[in-house]
Amino acid sequence: MRILPKLSVALVFAVLLLNGCGTTGEAEQEQGAVAGGGAAAGSAEDAAAAAAAAKAAEEAKARELAKEQEKQALETGLLAQRVVYFDFDSSVVHDESMPMLKAHSEYLASNGNKITVEGHCDERGTREYNIALGERRADAVRRILLANGVSASQIKVVSYGEERPAALGHDEKAWALNRRGELMY
Amino acid sequence: MSRKQFITILVCLLLGTLAQAAPLTIEITQGVETALPVAIVPFGIEGERKPPDDVAKIVAMDLARTGRFEPMDEKDMLAKPSQPENIKFQNWRLMQQEALVVGKVKHEEGDRYTLSFWLFDVYKETQLAAFNVTGTEPNFRAAAHKISDIIYEKLTGEPGAFSTRIVYITAHQDKKDTLLKEYSLWMADADGFNPQVLLKSKEPIYSPVWSPDGQKIAYVSHESGKQQRIVVQEWSSGARNVLTVPLSGRQSAPAWSPDGKKLAFTNHKDGNAEIYVLDLASKKVQQITSHWAIETEPVWTPDGKSIIFTSDRGGRPQLYKTSANGGAVTRLTFEGVDNARAAVSPDGKTIAMVTGIRNDSTSRLEYKIGVMELATGFLKILTDGMLDESPSFAPNGSMIIYATTTRRGRGELAAVSVDGSVKQSLAYEDEVREPAWSPFNNK
Repeated sequence: MRILPKLSVALVFAVLLLNGCGTTGEAEQEQGAVAGGGAAAGSAEDAAAAAAAAKAAEEAKARELAKEQEKQALETGLLAQRVVYFDFDSSVVHDESMPMLKAHSEYLASNGNKITVEGHCDERGTREYNIALGERRADAVRRILLANGVSASQIKVVSYGEERPAALGHDEKAWALNRRGELMY
Repeated sequence: MSRKQFITILVCLLLGTLAQAAPLTIEITQGVETALPVAIVPFGIEGERKPPDDVAKIVAMDLARTGRFEPMDEKDMLAKPSQPENIKFQNWRLMQQEALVVGKVKHEEGDRYTLSFWLFDVYKETQLAAFNVTGTEPNFRAAAHKISDIIYEKLTGEPGAFSTRIVYITAHQDKKDTLLKEYSLWMADADGFNPQVLLKSKEPIYSPVWSPDGQKIAYVSHESGKQQRIVVQEWSSGARNVLTVPLSGRQSAPAWSPDGKKLAFTNHKDGNAEIYVLDLASKKVQQITSHWAIETEPVWTPDGKSIIFTSDRGGRPQLYKTSANGGAVTRLTFEGVDNARAAVSPDGKTIAMVTGIRNDSTSRLEYKIGVMELATGFLKILTDGMLDESPSFAPNGSMIIYATTTRRGRGELAAVSVDGSVKQSLAYEDEVREPAWSPFNNK
């Protein structure tokens, strides 16, 4: 499992600090208590069941922690960037978007999460042509994710053409913001 | 002696019963120089009950909306005959009217009425038409529109399109979150009256098209899973069917074949868009185009033998034609920067399209509605907006309804006659787009 090493260690630290007490500490305490209770009950079966329950609880907590980590990761640095911008009538992804897409690819490849890539256009041109152009843009982003280790089953594509603009103006300033691909988790 | 006439008719938002609400306001912004002066005298009333609407007013507005007629103001009428015997043609000639309509509404039993009318040529003093039309209380306007159809045909030789409908889409901006929209698919009479919502959604709705039998609308919406799918909805019952096709990918751009048995559409997959035809009975699909470029916006010719579509295989979007079974592709458009979104006239001789033209002074690309004669390839630009799109022919081929963006950036509908001489604008309180004009048989 590939984790961005420094970042994740810092995050775990942050989570632990935020929670006040260490989760591992809690689990240890729980196990101790359960073991004590099991001994008091006096049956080996009971003790095994209790231990299994404790283990499941610990695993659930670990999964929750991992999810929390993932969510926090998505809010920092390159992973917080979700938009790729395009030139008029073009679906070419510029070099400047590559570091961000690589970061998302690593993230997805490591945790198997799913993502939808949305393709969008500015208002010029006809609506259905723009649905197709939006598809081209979304697909261009998808191919970069695939090339960087994400598997096809993780990626869904949808095109909104010109129907969902990010900016409502009728000038190049607005149009430039609308010609985009968006990564939606 | 010709004179330029600018006729403005405002159909106001009426507070009151829903049946009378007309959220679309229609304005004639340009009429023909030789609009025919016609007098439609307020209809006489017979029987116990007063009719629910003013027949003469509905007919006058119908005829005025085509820009080809100039109905006389009721206030200027010195006499208001409701039967032929009481007509003094000389007086109407003095008021320079060329055609005259008189009539009466008789209440029968229950909610039924008989509308009788006579149409005269004022100068020849000859009767051109005499008809009785039955109307019921809830369908009263439809009876008046039928009268307009008959009068229009008698005076122009062309069938009237007053008993037709339009569908269109509105996008409502939430005041709090300016980017969140609610989309609605509407159906209304061709004059904007009796609007009804067919679908409301937070996800975009687009590309509405009428089935040839006038009973169903196909459109694209982002259904479960949020991806684009084609939906077919029967407007009278509301029953809707999300089309599943034996293809992976997403579907859009539906187009009914003239016999209503097939649906051409675009399938989007792996960044490529190709046109397919779905046989609605067998559910089998046939691939029509095969090219790495975008192929979309298919439309059928009225003989059902060809499909015209948009492709950017030549670099920019242009219109191309292929057989309804696919195969060899011919390019149709060569002028302007790009051409897309064809609509075929009912007689199959002309196509309307969205033509992109570079404005020489601002060097901006502007999109206008053009019409091209298929036989000659001659292209004429009909509109002068910056972002005109979605042209749709009236079923009598006389006018094209389309979507435009005003200078302030609002989406509105507009209509233009195929020779460019008559212009209308149709406004709504929300952004409105993507109109489609029904076929003749839409009841």
